[in-house]
Amino acid sequence: MSNEIEAIKDPGLPAHVHRKADHDPVAAKRAERQVAILFGISAIGTLLLIFSYIFIPDDVFIFIPVMGDQNAHQLGLGLGMAISLFFIGMGAIHWAKTLMPDQEVIAHRHEFRSPDSDRKEFVQAVKDGAGAAGLGRRSLIKRSLGAALGLSALSPILLLRDLGPLPGNELEKTTWKSGTHLVTDPGNRRIKASDLEVGAVAQVLPEIEDPEHRPLSDIAKDAVLLIRLRPDEFNLDADRLAMTHEGIIAFSKICSHMGCAVALYEQQTKHLLCPCHQSTFDVTRAAKVIFGPAARPLPQLDITVDGEGYLVARNPFSEPVGPSFWERDSR
Amino acid sequence: MTAEARLGQVANYVDERTGAAAWMKKNLQKVFPDHWSFLLGEVALYSFIILLLSGTFLTFWFDPSQREVIYEGSYAPLEGIKMSAAYASTLHISFEVRGGLLMRQIHHWAALIFMAAIVAHLMRVFFTGAFRKPREGNWIIGVGLLTLGIVEGFLGYSLPDDLLSGTGIRIAEAIIQAIPVVGSYLAYFAFGGAFPGEAFIPRIYTVHVLLLPGAFLALITAHLMLVWYQKHTQYPGPGRTEKNVVGYPLMPVYMAKAGGFFFIVFGVIAFLSAVASINPIWLYGPYTPGQISAGSQPDWYMGWLDGLVRMAPPLESHYFGYTVSWNILIPGLIVPGILFTGMALYPFIESWITGDKREHHLLDRPRNAPNRTALGAMSITFMIVALINGGNDIIATHFDLSINQIMWGTRFGIFILPPIAFVVTKRLCLSLQRADRELVLHGRETGRLLRLPHGEFVEVHEPISPEKAYLLTSHEQAPALELPEVDGRGVKRAGAIRNKIRSRMSVAHSEAIPKVSADDLKEIEH
Repeated sequence: MSNEIEAIKDPGLPAHVHRKADHDPVAAKRAERQVAILFGISAIGTLLLIFSYIFIPDDVFIFIPVMGDQNAHQLGLGLGMAISLFFIGMGAIHWAKTLMPDQEVIAHRHEFRSPDSDRKEFVQAVKDGAGAAGLGRRSLIKRSLGAALGLSALSPILLLRDLGPLPGNELEKTTWKSGTHLVTDPGNRRIKASDLEVGAVAQVLPEIEDPEHRPLSDIAKDAVLLIRLRPDEFNLDADRLAMTHEGIIAFSKICSHMGCAVALYEQQTKHLLCPCHQSTFDVTRAAKVIFGPAARPLPQLDITVDGEGYLVARNPFSEPVGPSFWERDSR
Repeated sequence: MTAEARLGQVANYVDERTGAAAWMKKNLQKVFPDHWSFLLGEVALYSFIILLLSGTFLTFWFDPSQREVIYEGSYAPLEGIKMSAAYASTLHISFEVRGGLLMRQIHHWAALIFMAAIVAHLMRVFFTGAFRKPREGNWIIGVGLLTLGIVEGFLGYSLPDDLLSGTGIRIAEAIIQAIPVVGSYLAYFAFGGAFPGEAFIPRIYTVHVLLLPGAFLALITAHLMLVWYQKHTQYPGPGRTEKNVVGYPLMPVYMAKAGGFFFIVFGVIAFLSAVASINPIWLYGPYTPGQISAGSQPDWYMGWLDGLVRMAPPLESHYFGYTVSWNILIPGLIVPGILFTGMALYPFIESWITGDKREHHLLDRPRNAPNRTALGAMSITFMIVALINGGNDIIATHFDLSINQIMWGTRFGIFILPPIAFVVTKRLCLSLQRADRELVLHGRETGRLLRLPHGEFVEVHEPISPEKAYLLTSHEQAPALELPEVDGRGVKRAGAIRNKIRSRMSVAHSEAIPKVSADDLKEIEH
């Protein structure tokens, strides 16, 4: 392109510098010994591994500066393996560098583009082939083949249909019904308002018949966080305030952003923080999003007490819990 | 009989049954150029082999099932706890199978290093222009391998079904669920019903140990065959041209070095696994959707994605009763899609800008392609800002910062810092070119000061070696494309806007400090 005349001529490959081992038999012998020693160290590593595997019990800990207490069995196995492998590599490379020929060689490279005559024939052969099959003329065949291929691709997609059931409105439903008791998780005990001190937090689940076999998929929608504040700390409208009970407010624990458990409660600021993406919700303002990527507040559960003073849900959740989805009416 | 004679007999045996003598002879003498940066791809390849070996070991004990079991193993803190069989068997591998923990650690460390090596190799290929014709196809295969690696790594660390990885699956489910129109259906199909269900881990296990490794093997084979067939690129220098390859023959030097290097990579990974424990799943506990641990972090190669999701503004749209979660779609699908598509297409974009359709086998020194180098620096900056935000909680606690400040800093930084990195890098490249020019014209500064008879101090310069001078002047400086807006007859050319963009970019791409020419040297002699 530009610079047709190079300012400085290519001086060619620098002259080859011979290594000591190339002409000095003593140096060569020494290099050979070094390679053998490296392979020998590798063998010692394997022995260390075998020794650790058989003789070091797995409950022995040794103190190593910086690293602290280390399990001797694991460390012996790992270091033994590391040494046995690493020094095989070191030996092989030392061998290559000291004793194998180190003269650089030049191989020639050819442009990939074929001679024009070959290319012409190749292109012609492709054209002839396509012409012989009548690709250009028989458009009916071409189109029907395309349609058939396209349709046949539907069958594997159809056959994957039974991977799972259709969602229906399952994403919008939880186990919470009107009158469902709140039970502690873990523990599965009903709770009274007096069990929670002001400032306390508790995770609760809806009471079910067989709590031993509560499906994880239910927990993924049902988990609720109870937080007790002094009633005057709330900054809620009348409807929302009516959903609390003696300063106890209940939110879905499933983040409205991506479904993580919103588990970090900061007592001082009364903020709930999701550890996954740091969406922050203000408990005093009905879990309004005050920071982070979440677009909606955590749904609030309407709670009250039954005749014996146990906390129950007055109503199910009025909106779907958890992350958004297409059919969700987010208004 | 000597070893040479025995090997000779083997060669004879092989040829009598395959007739491969001519082909084998040629290929055993194949020349490979030597440079440390060519080892990065090798590290990735060897990590992959280590992953296959250690992964096979783990499959002998791992039970990919979400069936509920009660833990009765030797790790006392979890005794009697309900968990999935997948988690229980991972604990079994860690505590009862001798060497099992080491293998788990090797598998995980190898995965981290596999991804790091792929990224480093990609940067080497990008910054040296090794992706140019005729290697565009291999670049695309490489981008495919990177993408598969991210998916494979995510599936792999999700398998133990511990509290941390289960949270990762939850997030993946939320991304699937956020896809417009079909999201909730896709999520129900993927999970066999409501999240988490009992189907997901067995399914991703098949994908993790069969489907994706198969795809990897196919792509890696194609990747290496192309390297073999097209011959390796080489750095510029004396004696090296577009028409040759300078290096060492495969047999024996390259075989010994590459084979030895495999053992070194394996040894280093084993050492890391012995002394640096990662992913201690027994501390996290089994997964349950109602719990989480603070400081939840994905593996490093997912960190940028998590960081983008974290910094997304809380945008959600509502149209006719349907919801579109921009806060998930933009950082989780749209931006990564654009980035990876752009990366895959870059060789074609660059050749469109430069109009250069020739073959290239000599690599560029990054400073001699300032625009490309600056673009690379810009992309890396983007990724680093995203990655920093992916660890914002950890950074906040370790450095006593406010998480909100880090988040806002990266929200602005992701737009501001990459362009700054572009400009700074481009200037740096041009300055380095200027320094190269100085070096050729005036030689090396020796640091020796000389006082002239009339009192002036000068520094003595020494001419550089002819080899070095050649290296600094042998690169090509192509002029910008000339795309006049009107053709010879004064008619506006078709696609005027496209041409305008193309010539602007071409001008930016060809910006350079003129290298030393023959005239310059002549002038200096007088």
